[in-house]
Amino acid sequence: MTNELITASAADLAARLAAREISSAELTQACLDRTAAVDGVVHSYLHVDAEGALAAARAIDERRAAGESLPTLAGVPIAVKDVMTTKGLPTTCGSKILEGWIPPYDSTVVTRLKAAGMPILGKTNLDEFAMGSSTEHSAYGPSRNPWDLDRIPGGSGGGSSSVIASFQAPLATGTDTGGSIRQPAAVTGTVGTKPTYGGVSRYGLVALASSLDQAGPCARTVLDTALLHEVMAGHDPMDSTSIDAPVPAVVEAARRADVSGMKIGIIRELTGDGFQAGVQQRFDEAVQHLVDAGAEVVEVSCPSFTYALAAYYLILPSEASSNLAKFDAMRYGMRVAPQGIDDPSAEQVMAATRDAGFGDEVKRRIILGTYALSSGYYDAYYGSAQKVRRLIADDFTRSFEAADVLVSPTAPTTAFAFGDKIDDPMAMYLNDIATIPANLAGVPGMSLPSGLAPEDGLPVGFQILAPAMQDQRLYAVGAALEARLLSAWGAPLLHSAPDLTAAGKGA
Amino acid sequence: MSELTRADVAHLAGLARIELSDDELDKMVGELGIILESVATVQNAPIGDVAPMSHPMPLVNVTRPDEVRPSLAAEAALSGAPEQDQQRFSVPRILDED
Amino acid sequence: MSQATAEATLPFEEALAAYDPVLGLEVHVELGTNTKMFCGCATAFGAEPNSQVCPVCLGLPGALPVVNEKGVESAIRIGLALNCEIASWCRFARKNYFYPDMPKNFQTSQYDEPIAFNGHLDVELADGSTYRVEIERAHMEEDTGKSLHVGGSTGRIHGATHSLVDYNRAGIPLIEIVTKPMTGAGERAPEIAKAYVATLRDLLKALAVSDVKMEQGSMRCDVNLSLMPKDSTTFGIRSETKNVNSLRSVERAVRYEIGRHAAILSSGGKVTQETRHWHEDTGITTAGREKSDAEDYRYFPEPDLVPVAPSTEMVEALRATLPEPPAARRKRLQSAWGYSDLEMRDVVNAGLVDLIDETVTAGATPAGARKWWSGEIARRANDAGSDVPTYAASLAVTPAHVVELESLVTGGRLNDAMARQVWDGVLAGEGTPTAVADARGLELVQDTGALQAAVDKVIAANPDVAQKVRDGKVQAAGALIGQVMKEMKGQADAAAARQLILDTLVG
Repeated sequence: MTNELITASAADLAARLAAREISSAELTQACLDRTAAVDGVVHSYLHVDAEGALAAARAIDERRAAGESLPTLAGVPIAVKDVMTTKGLPTTCGSKILEGWIPPYDSTVVTRLKAAGMPILGKTNLDEFAMGSSTEHSAYGPSRNPWDLDRIPGGSGGGSSSVIASFQAPLATGTDTGGSIRQPAAVTGTVGTKPTYGGVSRYGLVALASSLDQAGPCARTVLDTALLHEVMAGHDPMDSTSIDAPVPAVVEAARRADVSGMKIGIIRELTGDGFQAGVQQRFDEAVQHLVDAGAEVVEVSCPSFTYALAAYYLILPSEASSNLAKFDAMRYGMRVAPQGIDDPSAEQVMAATRDAGFGDEVKRRIILGTYALSSGYYDAYYGSAQKVRRLIADDFTRSFEAADVLVSPTAPTTAFAFGDKIDDPMAMYLNDIATIPANLAGVPGMSLPSGLAPEDGLPVGFQILAPAMQDQRLYAVGAALEARLLSAWGAPLLHSAPDLTAAGKGA
Repeated sequence: MSELTRADVAHLAGLARIELSDDELDKMVGELGIILESVATVQNAPIGDVAPMSHPMPLVNVTRPDEVRPSLAAEAALSGAPEQDQQRFSVPRILDED
Repeated sequence: MSQATAEATLPFEEALAAYDPVLGLEVHVELGTNTKMFCGCATAFGAEPNSQVCPVCLGLPGALPVVNEKGVESAIRIGLALNCEIASWCRFARKNYFYPDMPKNFQTSQYDEPIAFNGHLDVELADGSTYRVEIERAHMEEDTGKSLHVGGSTGRIHGATHSLVDYNRAGIPLIEIVTKPMTGAGERAPEIAKAYVATLRDLLKALAVSDVKMEQGSMRCDVNLSLMPKDSTTFGIRSETKNVNSLRSVERAVRYEIGRHAAILSSGGKVTQETRHWHEDTGITTAGREKSDAEDYRYFPEPDLVPVAPSTEMVEALRATLPEPPAARRKRLQSAWGYSDLEMRDVVNAGLVDLIDETVTAGATPAGARKWWSGEIARRANDAGSDVPTYAASLAVTPAHVVELESLVTGGRLNDAMARQVWDGVLAGEGTPTAVADARGLELVQDTGALQAAVDKVIAANPDVAQKVRDGKVQAAGALIGQVMKEMKGQADAAAARQLILDTLVG
């Protein structure tokens, strides 16, 4: 970690760029150098666009030199999850079926990053079509956790979590359908927010489950996360589900870091049994820090959360089975001829391509979703799941009458080892137990580090949930907690992560 | 709940246009059985007279004015096509009629 | 062109002696909006292939639909014109099936929540009676792309080696209008089917929501038919004959299917529930896809679009924009014009209502307008295989010409025979009636001197007849009038000649 540019916060870098103490080209080059040094072992990226990033950086430097007034994060480079379309850059969603596809259009998030003057370093790895909690389902191999290269960096956004945890980029974008921003943040000691559903445009985000997907920011500090949140969020007429209202004042809330008088609700159903001891311990300590900062703690009950996982694993596959139907070898992507058939029909080519192009987990969920929607089973499965979804939203509504925010551990355990759950889909799914309810109800959630579990020395995540369109509360609570933890630790948690360049040499 | 048979999975794979191999089918039948058993618990929730929820936010009537926006250039539209001919997407013969 | 051979059919009368037909019609109408249903691409007919497409209507990964407000308004206006109830809250749904001309492999449609439902349309039949067609629903959806089948001998799908797809049509707004099963039609079923489609076409034209060109596919009709034995009230198994795209074909297809079903049933067979293809050239249907359990569209609410909830105010405002219903308008005009029932029916069947209305509005008498538009020009239009409005438009003959012609007669310049000559000239493209009359030198002789001379000459040549008139036998003047007209080479007003003869002889 010779270059301190790569460990600095985005807020700090932005200030130094604005003061012209550093250039964006210099900063971007430092990130690219770091990638060259460590990504061979971490494997955060599916595609690095050194040339494009440096060109964008130089353009920003020139505009700044010309005296132009620029957005706050102008010149700060960013990594983009490979599920967001980027005009002229490959977008694979971690799937073989989209290998080599270069979209002819930018997602709205990417358009906003470009408008904010942020050089795009590359596209980060993910579980195929964002289906997974470990990146083991990426068709291009897993990303690794910088804290322990034999462990998962979380999923689906393990490329984005590991890219910032390994200091290859100060910021990254994520998407969160059932925890794909928050769980990777938890297991890598980073910060990530799933905004209110509709807070960030989904246009250009390759859909997994349309009614659950939400893009959001990934960073190393709460303030950095807020700064990126502000860039990504806002109404988009290209997304019918986008909320036409001002972006909540997330940056202001992160700067004020004030929780005095706030009511913090502990969700009874998401603590205790089923949570690793060290995870629970760090959670309890974090709650105490918030009490010390002036918050009041209450306990709330969300009985329907018991059914959240089941409802989620019906709604998600159902929507996914339909969303992923478009990958059929006709207009873009892979086309495979079935073996042993002369002159195959379109139908046969579709079926052969979808078998060859999709991985096991994707096929599993497509078939599960096809079943849940099929005639005769719709009411029992998809229909019931939608009713449970209403119950879960009602639980949130009731709980937010008693508390301003709700809190829980982000994930039941710290990062597990590769291979531990790959052959047991249900065990893998259980990882999302605490993050899924927010997606079902559409409310915003954040994960930030609350320390290392004593038993394994791995990061633990603390989850904060707020009512819809009250995203700023996440940042007020997150920043207050972060400040207290930082003074307790003496240094950012990530500074105690292993030196990857040494690991790189060793590997 | 009815058991999911191998024939059921084969039928579903057909609906989903995925040509599963025999091995894949065998594996899928077992895995899906376990998952289905777990997700079927939604039916145990107190959902009697609960209104289903399809959208997380209660938005309605989001429309756009009937004004033409620029289309993609045909070249860009066809840029990802596995095969193209005469400015059209070339696809294998279509068996079924509609 | 059709290779398929006709199946056995029972003569129509024989079929109806034993069975009652149950008829259902599904009509798809392409709206005449500027843009597609869910994106801003243009909808112009006949554009270069794949030149009116974007990420949305191409179904590119990440793209999202946004509803065309005019599409919803048109759907509501159609619903209101069909006397439907308008849903106060309804959703779009995805209809999932794979087909290469459908970019997303689902059609965005409506399922159990159509925007309009429970209506009716009164259809006038040739004998002047009215049949009420009950409307089940009218819902919004999108069109598919168009495939060009290559490699087969006939451009048909069978025998083709591959297909070329143009997605310009994909996403064009469609309204599907579905009738309830029509019973009790008996032998009038073919006529009712045709009259319904014709009435619907006129209604949609009057609403100005579509150009309703069946030959260009902007209005497409599917005919559902089943038979039940005379003594039964249980519907039989139905066939769905697709794409019956002319009024004449609708009538023929119903007639054919009645005969075909009857032949099967009377020989103890069972009708197959299937899609049938209509063959315009041979007038028969052939089997298509069999409807089976395999057809499972797995409808579910479209998560990418929010519900449509038209307010009462909006619906009432749209109701206020409805034109007078064609049937009511015809009644009003018949009474205003003083036409007999027979005259009105002829005018309606010849498609002359609009033309006569314009002509009367422009100043012609109703009788004159009818006389000129249903005379020589109708014969010529018929010879040309056209109808009067189209034919007149092709000749640039307008209502103003009829008004001018009539004013030349009432103004005394032309008599009826001369007016017919002038009309011939107008139809021959010789110019306006006045120009034709001038060019052909057609004008009643106004110079009484010339007429007096002719009268004197004829009286002198016919002293016996003249004496009869002098003796009071006024009707004898008829013989003299004929000769005077001959003297004047037709260029005289017979009434004026008569008067002058009487004046000269009787004083």
